[in-house]
Amino acid sequence: MKLLVCISKAPDTTSRIAFTDGDKRFDESGVQFIVNPYDEWYALVRAIELVEQNGGSVTTITVGEASCDPIVRKALAIGATDAVRIDAIPTDSSQVARLIANYAKDQGYDIILGGKETIDNNSSAVPAMIAECLDLPYVALVTKLEMSGDEATLTAETTGGTNNLSVKGTFVMSATKGIAEQRIPNMRGIMSARTKQLQVVEASAVEISTQVDVFKLPPLKGDCVIVDADNPAELVRVLREEAKII
Amino acid sequence: MSVLVYISTQAGKATNAGLEVASYASALQTGEVIALVAGDISGDGGLGAVGVSKVMHCADALTDNSQQSKLTKEAALSIGAKAVVFSGNSIGNSIAPRVAIAMNAGYVAGATGLPEGKTYTRNVFSGKATAHVQVTTETIVIAVTPNSFGIKNTGGSEAVVEAFSADVGEARVTLNGFTPTSSEGTVPLPEAIRVVSAGRGLKGPENWGIVEDLAKALGASTACSRPVGDMGWRPHHEHVGQTGITIRPDLYIACGISGAIQHLAGVNQSKVIVVINTDPEAPFFKAADYGIVGDVFEVLPKLTAAINAL
Repeated sequence: MKLLVCISKAPDTTSRIAFTDGDKRFDESGVQFIVNPYDEWYALVRAIELVEQNGGSVTTITVGEASCDPIVRKALAIGATDAVRIDAIPTDSSQVARLIANYAKDQGYDIILGGKETIDNNSSAVPAMIAECLDLPYVALVTKLEMSGDEATLTAETTGGTNNLSVKGTFVMSATKGIAEQRIPNMRGIMSARTKQLQVVEASAVEISTQVDVFKLPPLKGDCVIVDADNPAELVRVLREEAKII
Repeated sequence: MSVLVYISTQAGKATNAGLEVASYASALQTGEVIALVAGDISGDGGLGAVGVSKVMHCADALTDNSQQSKLTKEAALSIGAKAVVFSGNSIGNSIAPRVAIAMNAGYVAGATGLPEGKTYTRNVFSGKATAHVQVTTETIVIAVTPNSFGIKNTGGSEAVVEAFSADVGEARVTLNGFTPTSSEGTVPLPEAIRVVSAGRGLKGPENWGIVEDLAKALGASTACSRPVGDMGWRPHHEHVGQTGITIRPDLYIACGISGAIQHLAGVNQSKVIVVINTDPEAPFFKAADYGIVGDVFEVLPKLTAAINAL
């Protein structure tokens, strides 16, 4: 089987979030970058597991500049077969999706996987958009994926519950917690990643339909009002009378 | 210029998420608000009261998002809608991006309020910041963050319900079964108005009774921190935080959770945050409105009793 996994560069979850350039751009100074956790822990690892069981290849695809190469090498160290980087600055979901779809359309992938969202842009949109660009079925929030020939059986989260689904043939999916366990790359993986192919391709022409005017940080909370532990009734009173919330 | 709003129904009534996005669409004040419903509806599903004038009703409860997307596109084209609004819940997030591509529309995911002109505010960096995004296309698809706008009754009259159908092709994803995550009548976590959450401070899954009792007294949903989900003390779908669910209830009560930055990212948009923790240095107190420094095993039963006494 031939699998394509979309991976993004994301700031480490403990990063301090700050902006620069008139608050129009994320300030990357001093920030440690990682593979977006949903792409890595879930989509990539499950794809690698499936190929270990059934044979085939896992290609990762990233839209970004050369600064993405370290996180792409990490994905190769975890066990991806090879990697593609589309050389463009990722600006919005539909641009990224169209770039990936334009690349993938003639490549004969059996499954295109991504994480459920990136932890910086939080759109949960790219896999669904790729599916639409390529007119493919799409399953969101997959927590379990099993393959039998060309038929996939999936468990997926939805509003208020989980769906049991099946799809025949090529499809696109987003992965979330439960589908696989995080893998730590071993020394052999890290060494072999250095010689695996990372192909850089030119971006196709796509339009960008949104632009960020400004980023803002949330207002700081006021001081926390401490209530005596022996008198929770006082908490109930303030929640009712001051916060007017219960 | 009319606005199309995609509505999910349950037992013939618009869901709370549906009523919220219909309220949002009405507040856009760009013209007539027309709802698209695929599935059961009784009467107007409660949509007239939140400003919907017409319901386009497709009797087939479509389950494949490529079909739902085609239906939405055809409905939007038929009424000349320049804005299509979805709830940014799991269902909306699986359809709305497809519609944006199909209609060549700019897409705003996770909108948290009404636009100023064509600039929308949305959550980014997992709730640690907002982006003010300008859409440069004529047609816009918007997914509204659940609980960010609320249900606003406009006192509108009953909406007209008209049958609608379109060629949506065959379902390519087969739905073989649905399992509800929680018992009947409880609200999905992203839509919950009150949430009681607990962490490692509870010491083990067998101690969750006191958390559930408090949640029950408040009519709240239960949630948990990541370690608790990872250790299997609670189901994964209860995990709130950066790599779990992002919530914005009116009231969030955190019991025995230290408040790591990743946890705060998922909950810091709650209107009122209450923290109960034995450690007065727990970082969560800095993000809280109210706090109790004390042992959850002593505080929670007393708090539950005080609420039940109301």
